[in-house]
Amino acid sequence: MADRIDVRKTYKLYIGGAFPRTESGRSYLVSAADGTPLANACRASRKDVRDAVRFARTAFDGWAAKTAMNRGQVLYRVAELMEGRREQFAAEVVSAEGLRPAAARDVVDRAIDRWVWYAGWADKIGQVLGSSNPVAAPYFNFTIPEPTGVVGVVAPESSSLLGLVSRLAPPLVAGNAVVLLASERRPLPAVTLAEVLATSDVPAGVVNVLTGYRAELVPVLAGHADVDALDTWGVPDDLRTETELLAADDIKRLSRRSTRIAEARFDWLDDAATERPEWIAAFLEMKTVWHPIGG
Amino acid sequence: MARMATDTTSSIVPASDRAPSSWGMGDGQAIPWEYAPAPEARDIVTIQDRYGLFIGGRFVPAHGGGTFATVNPATEETMALVARGTPVDADKAVRAARRAQTRSWGTLPGKERAKYLFRIARILQERSREFAVLESMDSGKPIKESRDVDVPLAAAHFWYYAGWADKLDYAFPGRVARPLGVAAQIIPWNFPLLMLAWKIAPALAAGNTVVLKPASTTPLSALLFADVCQQADLPPGVVNIVTGPGETGMALVTHKGIDKVAFTGSTEIGKRIAKGVAGTDKALTLELGGKAANIVFDDAPLDQAVEGIVNGIYFNQGEVCCAGSRLLAQESIVEPLIDKLKDRLSTIRVGDPLDKNTDVGAINSKGQLDKITELVASGVAEGAELYQPACDLPDRGYFFRPTLFTNVAQSHRIAREEIFGPVLSVLTFRTPDEAVEKANNTVYGLSAGIWTDKGSRILEMVGRMKAGVVWANTFNRFDPTSPFGGYKESGFGREGGMHGLHAYVRLEDR
Repeated sequence: MADRIDVRKTYKLYIGGAFPRTESGRSYLVSAADGTPLANACRASRKDVRDAVRFARTAFDGWAAKTAMNRGQVLYRVAELMEGRREQFAAEVVSAEGLRPAAARDVVDRAIDRWVWYAGWADKIGQVLGSSNPVAAPYFNFTIPEPTGVVGVVAPESSSLLGLVSRLAPPLVAGNAVVLLASERRPLPAVTLAEVLATSDVPAGVVNVLTGYRAELVPVLAGHADVDALDTWGVPDDLRTETELLAADDIKRLSRRSTRIAEARFDWLDDAATERPEWIAAFLEMKTVWHPIGG
Repeated sequence: MARMATDTTSSIVPASDRAPSSWGMGDGQAIPWEYAPAPEARDIVTIQDRYGLFIGGRFVPAHGGGTFATVNPATEETMALVARGTPVDADKAVRAARRAQTRSWGTLPGKERAKYLFRIARILQERSREFAVLESMDSGKPIKESRDVDVPLAAAHFWYYAGWADKLDYAFPGRVARPLGVAAQIIPWNFPLLMLAWKIAPALAAGNTVVLKPASTTPLSALLFADVCQQADLPPGVVNIVTGPGETGMALVTHKGIDKVAFTGSTEIGKRIAKGVAGTDKALTLELGGKAANIVFDDAPLDQAVEGIVNGIYFNQGEVCCAGSRLLAQESIVEPLIDKLKDRLSTIRVGDPLDKNTDVGAINSKGQLDKITELVASGVAEGAELYQPACDLPDRGYFFRPTLFTNVAQSHRIAREEIFGPVLSVLTFRTPDEAVEKANNTVYGLSAGIWTDKGSRILEMVGRMKAGVVWANTFNRFDPTSPFGGYKESGFGREGGMHGLHAYVRLEDR
């Protein structure tokens, strides 16, 4: 018998800045890539989704209203905090994805660097995507990007940390509030990331993290009338059409993975493929303003 | 967009109407003169008895030979019989578009594509009067709008996007913009030629080919545009036009050979179209309905605001997705504002779309007239107060008086539903916060108007409007360089400007 019994961690949901258990009282067993049981994760319910959306909606205005520079600094701080917990994240990626330790450390480093890359866009994306428009009449006319609102992110199933960060950072840096469904089979790094977010300067409710079954939760998120946009990257192929049909009911914006990209084979280490301002633009609305000149 | 010619100095009511009080003639005075008819000559345009589909550069009959009539809504007379395209024809058109995309258009250097588009712009300018007359006859819109707004703007869109065809590298730094392939484009009846231009010009500039389905009540300007394509020697199959009912449009949307769907129309149909592409890799842009708030603060220049309100809701008979159909007036100025509006309404001339003095023409179809009539009746039934100026309507044709509702509650159907007619609902507010809340209290988010002399208030309100286009101290302006499109259930994607190109390209890494 060991000298000391481990203190095991309880993996909970992250909703509105707090770590509640699912209101349903359910959990599911999460196993490592090699089959070793790791922990019981919360099996979130439709009510948890609705609660998360409500918190996201409440948090959205304040997050969107922050100055772009401030939003950039807040997200950069997430990278700073992850840097201090690299070993913990690496260990979780090893268990979740079955990577060798060196490969897992690389994944963690890249996830941190990806936060830095996206954080830097906060005060630049408006200049790259905005415009002043030379209309053929005496009007001042300009176009500015604004965040869409509440975004549902169905995180990649295979890449539990790097894929998640690569899909979470773009809507966040744009100023949206997010309800994120973590990888179903590999949810633990997402919960640990939530613990980082909770101690960062990201305001409560701006990111909400749910763990549970995709088949149960994705339709609820896609059909929720207060979700403005959906990142369907991690939606399983057999749920894809149903998800998009539900999203059409209130003209949700969709950021879709091409059917030609196999979820499990996507290379999240490829910076060129994953560091894309287009991924931010998917969660922005363009607003055009006219005002007469003279008179 | 050119102004709606509604300034009080140049348009005068029939003798039966009362004079505006601002004229100092005393309320209710009959005006001692009236306008002589000033009809635009219609012989400038040759309307055929029958029109085919335009597929692969040629006019062909529909599969099965079916036709349908297109009606002049101002006279209720049939103008022509138009081929009733079927899913078989949609398939033929998609194949023709695919052939053209892979063999000619997609491989043509941008510089050469540009020259074709410039040619089209020039031909539209040269044949502008022909298009204006045809458009007014087929749609019911006043000739001064088709002449001063629709046709020149359509030409301007081709002109603007022509120049982009060989400059795409500058629109997408760090990326190579590739065409998506074949686009299915479905357009509405309120701006038939202009919506065609909004759709076709950016698609072609980016190297796509298109199959366009015009609205079934307004196919003629698109078919005349097919003639322009022939005149410009555009390679066959680059532009295909399939007329027909909604099922034919849906056959295009769900066709496996389509890479991109662009739709302008109602939110209801937009949802069906979004469902039609669900689960595929097809790109989609939607420009849907609206219920715009036009917000007038107590420090606004009221006379200018009145012109903007009138332009906002009575332009094109109110058959405009971005129409300012909800007037939000600050309480302290409601009374003078309504008085001025009523005066102004009495000067609006409703009648023959081809008359150069007409401000409000015919409603596009019997079905639309019925819908407007039903919604106006609901406004009365729900307790809002109706005002319509006294004006004679023609004996024939689909006409509706400019209508103003006061005492409107947010819960009334006329405050929530898109009427798509010359019907203004007046609501009031006390504080800017209340104005924002009421303005955004809708599933739509296409446009908004703000009237105030205070610059800092304009900018704050601009930021708080959930709308894709915000007009401050103006309304209903359009320009090819200016992106247009909605928030929320008004759709997604933008048309116009550099942003309009995004909808038609696939970005690859350099």
